[in-house]
Amino acid sequence: MTKIWTIARRELQSFFDSLTAYIMLVAFLGFSGFFTWISGNDVFFIGQASLQSFFSIAYWTLFFFIPALTMRQLAEERKTGTLEMLLTKPISDWQIVVGKFLSTLILIVIALLLTFPYYFTVWSLGPIDQGAVILGYVGLILMSSAYISIGLFASSVTNNQIVAFLMALIIGIFFHVIFGILASSLTGEAGSVFDYLSMSTHFSAISRGVIDSRDIIYFLSIVIMGLMGSEASLAKRNLN
Amino acid sequence: MDIIVEKVTKLYGAQKAVDNISFKVNTGEVLGFLGPNGAGKTTTMKAISCFLAANEGDITVGGLSVKENPEKVKSLIGYLPENNPLYQEMQVIDYLAFVAELHGVPKEEIPGRIREMIKVCGLAGEKYKNIRELSKGYKQRVGLAQALIHDPEVLILDEPTTGLDPNQIAEIRDLIRKIGKEKTVILSSHILAEVEATCDRILIINNGRIVANGTPSELRMRAHGDEILKVKISGGEPEDIFIALEDIDTIRSVAIMENSPGYFEVHSHENENSARSIFDMCAQSNWYIEELTPVETRLEDIFREVTMN
Repeated sequence: MTKIWTIARRELQSFFDSLTAYIMLVAFLGFSGFFTWISGNDVFFIGQASLQSFFSIAYWTLFFFIPALTMRQLAEERKTGTLEMLLTKPISDWQIVVGKFLSTLILIVIALLLTFPYYFTVWSLGPIDQGAVILGYVGLILMSSAYISIGLFASSVTNNQIVAFLMALIIGIFFHVIFGILASSLTGEAGSVFDYLSMSTHFSAISRGVIDSRDIIYFLSIVIMGLMGSEASLAKRNLN
Repeated sequence: MDIIVEKVTKLYGAQKAVDNISFKVNTGEVLGFLGPNGAGKTTTMKAISCFLAANEGDITVGGLSVKENPEKVKSLIGYLPENNPLYQEMQVIDYLAFVAELHGVPKEEIPGRIREMIKVCGLAGEKYKNIRELSKGYKQRVGLAQALIHDPEVLILDEPTTGLDPNQIAEIRDLIRKIGKEKTVILSSHILAEVEATCDRILIINNGRIVANGTPSELRMRAHGDEILKVKISGGEPEDIFIALEDIDTIRSVAIMENSPGYFEVHSHENENSARSIFDMCAQSNWYIEELTPVETRLEDIFREVTMN
C-alpha cells in the first residue's frame, strides 16, 4: 500500500510540475462554471436550486479531460524507458497501475472539490436536495474512475501519447453515447443490454438521487477490467 | 550473494537473443560482460534483474529464483539500465527519495542514504537541479546513485561509463572496484580496457552464446600460449642478426619490423622462453640489446578472435 502511494504521489507531483494539473483545473472550472452560471441551460434558466446543470456539463468535460490526463501515464514511461526502471524495483505491475489510477482520481477529486462554491451558492439561492447533490458528485467520481481506467489501459498498449488519447476517446465514446443510441434504437434483449452498458443510464440514475447496486457494479467492473487490462499489457513484455 | 544463471534461453519472436547460457557469479566478484552489439548482454542483464522472464531455464540470486520470488530478488538488486532512463522533470534529491521509497528503505534512513549517495557519486552541487538540466555524465551518476541507494547485495550495470569524461570514468571504476569487494557486480561494456581494469572475470558472449569465460590473464593465455618478444639489437648488420636469431632453438619465427628499423619480433615455441638465449647470442657476437619487451596479446585480439566468424 505504501508503494502504491509512493507511485501515486510522484504522478500527482508530475501533474503539478508539468502544469497539466493547473491547465486541467482552470479549463474544467472555466467550462463548467460558464455553462452552469452564464450560458445555455444554466441554473437561472432552470429556475430551481439544483446542481443538475453542473452535473450534466461535468459529465462531458470530464469525458474529454480524463484521456488527456491518462494518455501520458504509461505511454511516456514506455517511450523513455523509465518503465524498465520502475519494473525492476521491488513493486508489482498491479501496484504501478493502481498507483497511477489513484493519482489521476485524486486530481479529479481536487477539481470536484473546487466546485463546492457552486453548491454553497445554489444552496443560498433556495432549498436544495442534499441527497441529489452528494450522489451527483459520487456519480461523477464513479464515472471518472471508469474513464481513468480505460485511459490507463489505452496508455498501456502504446508508447505514443496521441494514440493513447485517441484510443481512450474512441473506447469512451462507445460507453458515453453510442451504447445509449443503440439502446434507444433497438428493442428487446439487445436493447436492454446496450442500455445497461451505457454510461448515461447509470450516471443519470445516480445524479437524480437514486443509487442501485447494479450501477455500482457497472462502474466497478469497468474499473477492474481497465486496470487488469493495463496490468496484462505491462506483463506482455514476457510473452512471445 | 551469488548469481546462478542456468540454461537460460530468451526469444524475441523467432529470434534467439540468448541461447542456452549458463554461468555463475560468486559473492564479491566483479564480472564483465563483453560482446559485440546485439550479442545478448543486455537481454541477459534484463533477465537477471527480473524485467524480462526467460523462456527457458532459471536464474537464482542468493538462492532465490527470479520466477518464484521476483520481488525479493528485485529488492536485492541495484540495476542501472542501458540508456539510463530517469524522470527528467524531477529534482535529483526527490528522485533518489522516490527510488528509496520504492525499495522500501525505512523512512528515517532515507535522508541519510541520500546524503551518502550524493557524496559517493559526487552530486553535491547538483542535488536540487532538475534531472533534465544535468549533463550526460551527471545523469549517469544519478543512475548509479539510484542503483546503490538501498545498499544492494548485487549490482547490475549496463554500460555504466558511457558518456563520462576520462576523470569521471576513473572515478566510477574506482567506485565499482570498491563496491565489488563485498558485493557481487555484473557490468557490461564494449570498452575492453574498462572491463580489464575493473573486472575479476570476463565473460564474452556472441550471438547469445558464451564464447569465452575466465580471468583476463586466463583469456590471454588461451588465445596465445607462446611468448612474443619485441627486441632491438644494435652493433651488427640486420641480416646477420636475423639469421642468428633464427638459429636459436627456442625461437619459432623471427620477423623484421618494417616500420621501426633495428626491431625484430620474435615468436617462441610453445612454453619456451627465449630472452636468455637472445642475450647469450648477443654477448657472443658482440652485439648489444637496446630493448626487449614482451608483447602481450591484447584483449582486443582475443575479443576479435572469439567473436568473428
